[in-house]
Amino acid sequence: MSDFTVGIRHIDTVTVLDLKGQLDAHTAPDLEQVIADNIGKQRYRLVVNFRDLSYISSAGLGVFMQFIEDVRKHGGDIKLTNMSPRVYDIFDLLGFPMLYEIFPEESHAVERFRTTPPPADMTDRTH
Amino acid sequence: MPEDARHSDRTGEFESRTECLENIRLFVSHEAAAFGFDAEDIGKIVLAVDEACTNIIKHAYRNRPDGRIHVRVSSEENRGRKGFVVTILDTGLPFDAAHYRPPRRLDYIRKPRRGGLGIILMKKLMDEVEYSAAPGAPNEIRLVKYLRTHAQAHRS
Repeated sequence: MSDFTVGIRHIDTVTVLDLKGQLDAHTAPDLEQVIADNIGKQRYRLVVNFRDLSYISSAGLGVFMQFIEDVRKHGGDIKLTNMSPRVYDIFDLLGFPMLYEIFPEESHAVERFRTTPPPADMTDRTH
Repeated sequence: MPEDARHSDRTGEFESRTECLENIRLFVSHEAAAFGFDAEDIGKIVLAVDEACTNIIKHAYRNRPDGRIHVRVSSEENRGRKGFVVTILDTGLPFDAAHYRPPRRLDYIRKPRRGGLGIILMKKLMDEVEYSAAPGAPNEIRLVKYLRTHAQAHRS
């Protein structure tokens, strides 16, 4: 059975999702649910930290595709950080670096959100 | 098929459930390592097989858990190159490869089609990808990756 968990942290107006384990067609629905829950709470500024993710298949990449339009429509984004070279290669093969901002460090992604303020109606919805 | 090649075949049988993907990856990873691939190529082969099996579970068996997936590994020589062959068999709905049109890469963001990414990945990760389906026979996907020579490995 694949071990996969998603940890959730909040830094100012940004929600950080810490992925751990293997993200495949079996575990992708878990991530889907977490992102859907956050969007349901109008948290549209998402940083996904891949530091402890050891494997991803296209089912995992599909989760980000599923939500990206929705979060951007609400002035947010999904930014990706701390990928191992092997995981980055998979994103790169499919051209994802043209569609998503990918940072080596989580702090850079959080900072990018800080320098692009959210729409006024999002500022009080941090938790 | 030469007699010695037949003796080297290994087959794993798995249920058509996404829970089984991890065991499929372990099986293929072990066999690819024994064949002589480095960690980078093992990762590519494992991912391609995962994508093929995920599509079988979702599309051929439509998430029915009582189907069977056979994953057979074997070797072949082709123009002096040593090929690692993964043949995946299922008895679900056939995939019409001839009429399939993969999504254009940057259309993903506008028209997400999740199954399509797997096919693109398989073709990028493996040297050969072939589908075959005939009435009364199992559907077959044949994935081939050639072992790189030392010189090729140094160049990459």
